[in-house]
Amino acid sequence: MVYSSQLRAMLAIIQREMIKFWHQKGRLVAALVRPSLWLIVFAAGFQNVFGVSIIPPYETYIEYQEYVIPGLLGMVLLFNGMQSSLAMVYDREMGLMRLLLTAPQPRWFLLFSKLVSGTILSLLQAYAFLLLSVVFQIEIPLIGWLYAFPAMLLGGLMLGSLGLLLSVYVKQLENFAGTMNFVIFPMFFISTALYPLWKLEESGAEIVFQLASYNPFTHAVELIRFALYGQFNAISLGVVLVSGFIFFMLSVWGYNPQRGMAKFTKQNKTK
Amino acid sequence: MNEKNSLSETIISLQKVYKSYGKVKALNDVSFELQHGFYALLGSNGAGKSTLFQLLTGLFVPDSGSIEIVGIDLSRQLTKALAHIGVVFQQSALDLGLTVQANLSFHGRLHGLSTHEIKERSAIELERLGMQDTAKKACKTLSGGNRRKVELARALLTEPKVLLMDEATVGLDPASRDLLLNYVQQLCTERKITTLWATHLIDEAENAKQVLVLNKGKLLAQATSRELQDRTQTDSLLNAFLQLSDQKLPDTSHIQQI
Repeated sequence: MVYSSQLRAMLAIIQREMIKFWHQKGRLVAALVRPSLWLIVFAAGFQNVFGVSIIPPYETYIEYQEYVIPGLLGMVLLFNGMQSSLAMVYDREMGLMRLLLTAPQPRWFLLFSKLVSGTILSLLQAYAFLLLSVVFQIEIPLIGWLYAFPAMLLGGLMLGSLGLLLSVYVKQLENFAGTMNFVIFPMFFISTALYPLWKLEESGAEIVFQLASYNPFTHAVELIRFALYGQFNAISLGVVLVSGFIFFMLSVWGYNPQRGMAKFTKQNKTK
Repeated sequence: MNEKNSLSETIISLQKVYKSYGKVKALNDVSFELQHGFYALLGSNGAGKSTLFQLLTGLFVPDSGSIEIVGIDLSRQLTKALAHIGVVFQQSALDLGLTVQANLSFHGRLHGLSTHEIKERSAIELERLGMQDTAKKACKTLSGGNRRKVELARALLTEPKVLLMDEATVGLDPASRDLLLNYVQQLCTERKITTLWATHLIDEAENAKQVLVLNKGKLLAQATSRELQDRTQTDSLLNAFLQLSDQKLPDTSHIQQI
């Protein structure tokens, strides 16, 4: 009885996100245009500048365009994770968050349901981009499409958890631009999304190399990269799982009424 | 339990509740018990009404003190207690992009209702509010009054024992305000719901079973309108409220009549 009640609540949250996504046709377009531009313009332009040597999981020389695909898939997951954070802030401003948090379900479960709904959207967009990459003649092994699913699922959950955590601290929609500058861009650029780690080390950027090595986004990208070629990266899996768990637990703590929805409802502080 | 006993049963109980935001004491030693019926929570802006509602719905927890809904301690079994509460917040909480039915369905499913239950109860609630033709309309196309009705229908969908209305008539025209108020009072009798109706409008509190006067976080009184007037030796609830909360009406003698 309890489980069916919770399942209904989760499905309701997923369905609402789907309907909203369906109504926001531009969101899918934007989600595809952003990485496509990187693929067409950036990757094509820098193809001859960045030489990529044979590094795992690759067994032969690959073109730069092929190298950036996992990074761009990571970009789709990262942006959608942040978009979910934005949606949470919007819901809070519109008062819809209270409706969610006053539902008779455990709060962690409601937050997890929000996370799952956002991750499903991330996966849809990631696979849509993967399909689009075929148009640009990027060859990903067929088995990779299947193996990439759990990798992108875990990466999406981890980045969605980060978005959830940010929604605790981003109090107003206007502050979201700051989130872009201080979270998305550093996370994306200081990672292996655009260039391999050894390149950073070789170029003497020791600090950037170290930061990129510990960046959870790097490991989400590497998990996807290995999975696309039917391989498994245990370290990346570990980092993604642990960081995802920490982000989610911190989000649950952030939404704990003991800490107060005060942070979320400043307009009602003294009413 | 016979009907007489069930009507005298305590539905909402607060004991020595304190809540502060930094140095601001939003609620200061608030205790009261409510049985079945329509209760008005009367207080000026900033009195602590919304904070009280946020404590009752588990959005906040009190710094100290206890809150029970139908005998369930909120600090121990929040989700169980929330299943008995329907709430209409002061700030509208409708997804304006969705239809009326989609808003109701979303809420019903969050509360674990089946599709059949939602369909059946939505039809009943919307029909009673004269809103049956709006089920497929997007909420953004509705007037302010009708949006409030949808929120009320949504709160009633789960057949709650407690209905919390937080300044639900703000922004409504007099006709819509009356309709909503009368409808909720009628519900309290028909369905034996306990309603706590927060307001700063005196006329909305006149017919309440009891009026709870809240001022600067302190509960000053809990009595009928008549009892409050007798106690303060005034001739209206407005004057009783002003005297209790140590307020005066602003001097308007300098305003010239046209």
